[in-house]
Amino acid sequence: MDPIIEFRDFSFKYKSQTEPTLTDINLKIYPGEKVLIAGPSGSGKSTLAHCINALIPCSLPGEIQGSLTVDGMTPAAEGVFGMSKKVGTVLQDTDGQFIGLTVAEDIAFALENDAVSREDMYAKVDEAARLTDMTDYMKHSPNELSGGQKQRVSMAGVLVDDVDILLFDEPLANLDPATGKYTISLIDDIMKRRDVTVVIIEHRLEDVLYKDVDRIVVIGEGRIVADMTPDELLASDVLIREGIREPLYITALKHAGVEIKAEDRPQHVDTMNVLPYAEELRSWFKSTGRDKADVSDEKILEVKDLRFSYIEGESVLKGVSFDVRKGEMISLVGQNGAGKSTLSSIICGFIKPDSGSILLSGRDISPLSVSERGERIGLVMQSPGQMISKPMIREEVGLGLAVRGVPQAEIDSRVEETLKICGLYPYRNWPVGALSFGQKKRVTIASILVMKPEIMILDEPTAGQDYRRYTEIMEFLKRLNEDMGLTIIMITHDMHLMLEYTDRALVLTGGRLIADAPPSEVLTDKATSEAAYLKRTSLYDLAVRCGIEPPSEFVQRFIGYERGLRQKGAMP
Amino acid sequence: MTRMISYEARDTWIHRLTGFTKLMFFIIWCIVSALTFDTRVLVTMVAISAVIFAMSRTEWKQISAVFKLLMLFMTLNLFFIFVFAPYQGCEIYGTRTDILHLFGDVYLTKEQLFYEFNVLLKYLNIAPAIFVFLVTTDPSEFAASLNKAGVPYTFAYSFAIALRYIPDVQDDFTRIRNAQEARGIEMSSKASLPARIKNVAAIIFPLLFSTMDRIDVVSNAMELRGFGKKNKRTWYSYRRPGKSDAAVMIFAVLFAVAALVLTYYDGSRFLF
Repeated sequence: MDPIIEFRDFSFKYKSQTEPTLTDINLKIYPGEKVLIAGPSGSGKSTLAHCINALIPCSLPGEIQGSLTVDGMTPAAEGVFGMSKKVGTVLQDTDGQFIGLTVAEDIAFALENDAVSREDMYAKVDEAARLTDMTDYMKHSPNELSGGQKQRVSMAGVLVDDVDILLFDEPLANLDPATGKYTISLIDDIMKRRDVTVVIIEHRLEDVLYKDVDRIVVIGEGRIVADMTPDELLASDVLIREGIREPLYITALKHAGVEIKAEDRPQHVDTMNVLPYAEELRSWFKSTGRDKADVSDEKILEVKDLRFSYIEGESVLKGVSFDVRKGEMISLVGQNGAGKSTLSSIICGFIKPDSGSILLSGRDISPLSVSERGERIGLVMQSPGQMISKPMIREEVGLGLAVRGVPQAEIDSRVEETLKICGLYPYRNWPVGALSFGQKKRVTIASILVMKPEIMILDEPTAGQDYRRYTEIMEFLKRLNEDMGLTIIMITHDMHLMLEYTDRALVLTGGRLIADAPPSEVLTDKATSEAAYLKRTSLYDLAVRCGIEPPSEFVQRFIGYERGLRQKGAMP
Repeated sequence: MTRMISYEARDTWIHRLTGFTKLMFFIIWCIVSALTFDTRVLVTMVAISAVIFAMSRTEWKQISAVFKLLMLFMTLNLFFIFVFAPYQGCEIYGTRTDILHLFGDVYLTKEQLFYEFNVLLKYLNIAPAIFVFLVTTDPSEFAASLNKAGVPYTFAYSFAIALRYIPDVQDDFTRIRNAQEARGIEMSSKASLPARIKNVAAIIFPLLFSTMDRIDVVSNAMELRGFGKKNKRTWYSYRRPGKSDAAVMIFAVLFAVAALVLTYYDGSRFLF
């Protein structure tokens, strides 16, 4: 059989760059295959995808060497339009790629552009909607849909075109774990019903491997460093070397010191042959102590019976109460629309609750204005672009002080001190634009930190970040938490973040707090994790399959062990 | 968050008209209303507007805020007409009947009152027409019908796409403003005007950058799905004009002719 996608000695250099982003790529993908392309941010995996759909070199110009053929065609010669008949691309931004005003129109978009008659169009749109389970939502507008539903619409929008190749560019980046899992099974279903080749670009390996993948291609610094079956890859040490997170159960097995063999099919925790490893894992469990977090008893934030509704009769918060103790690092989790952002908006004072109260260090904060609260409860938005408004780092970090009329000398010294804490001091005179994403994130954190808040709330601090950047950001926050005693609340979908960095998880669902417990308990309890659109951690399944009791204790010890390793600097 | 003056799907004969018909009707309505000062015509038009408004089943809450704003402008307009041209009415109608001595040599005249009454009628005429047009016209269908009427589709589509992303940009704006306000960048009336103008930059720049990112994604997404590939395109939301479209168009034209004949019959736009 001839490959449907073939890269031969392929290299690509962006016009604006001096070094090639892709070097000597030799890759064959055969019809009907499902291939995962993994690699850290900046490795060139998205560039590879853009070569297949011809965005490179048509929209993003640069220099190509070697050859690439897609179903006998050369993308560069066919152009983006020409390739769109063959390759359907689903982008990671579920909002941005929703073009129509309703679901039906968005699905029809490609057909409209192809001037298909309306009769044919209706039939094809209906079929694509059926395929992606969106039939009941045809008249909905994008703001009435969840992220997962929008993504299904995007899939339907490319499936109407009878494409042969489906290309997913980080499809899981904006989804909660449960929705991500659903997306992966939907891709699997589509492959069963349509003859398509699927290429998934993603660094969230464990989530993609929820369903079988034929091959995983690992890209590192623009080269292919591995091209093997998932079983072979998981048995190797390629992932760690390349800074891609392994599935947690694999990490746990490796901590226990076992050597994983490909023939034991480590691709899925529930079908893997764990027999050869169970004994060693059990003895590791016994020998590992539990990591105890010491938290003071001093309550810094008390939220009491908070209720809120935007529209009368439709409550978003139905009596939420919890305490946060000084120096805690906690996560606030729950699906989209569960009320997480409403809750943080109320704490920051952007909106007023219908009833209930919030005490900060024992004092009611309802009389405080937004900006007065802002000095004591800092909010860091998800994307640095949503906060940065000054061209220079110093100015940006000092902005909050400057507008409060703090004398310039004091601003300078406090900005300098903060920049040192945040590891940005060497860049103090740089323009913000010259920084990497992780550094920009630190600038936004610094610009809040400079006001010496007692609590910092971060909205999805690591969304869309690969393992290395994730670790960089989270270790930085951990240091702020430990060294400065800063209380940190994180709104997140990321189960790893919850498990590894927070002592407690508040689980919000349908406007109610359904759990206030250690993450190791939340993520091993089926009912709670399902209600919050989380996924039970694979560590739980591993523990159960190896006969370790209780599984939540196993998870807890695993985390303690990992924290220990990180303190010793033995992990990235 | 409720968004004012946006399309809401309902099933009335006005909703079923094509966007193009409604636009044409609206334009004719405005022209006639601007040209005539014939009170009989204006009163008839207000009555028809009111009937159309009622038949469109538009709810008060959909338009209340904008309606209030419009009324504010109307009041200001009427007030300033009086301030700057207190005898405009007398000039138009060629007579002067004082009713009330205000101050100095300024008198309130019957003619001026009548003239301003006619201006008021024009407002009451056009306001419901705008509202009905906006709340009953599906933007995608409107774009489609514009395109069918000969407007290039890239231009027609920009209407639909703007409406698609306005709410997203509004949400971005709210989020950014909130976060900046928490940092102490005061945007409410507490800050002085120069400070507020300066502070706007702290919202505009992030908003601009996030919008540019959005445009990047959207234009890539559109290109990947073949937008602009062909010289023509079809429309999912297109509706063939029906009998009622023809009827509305004929009515609008006949009404306009009748109204203008009546208006200019005696050689003047004004009737007293």
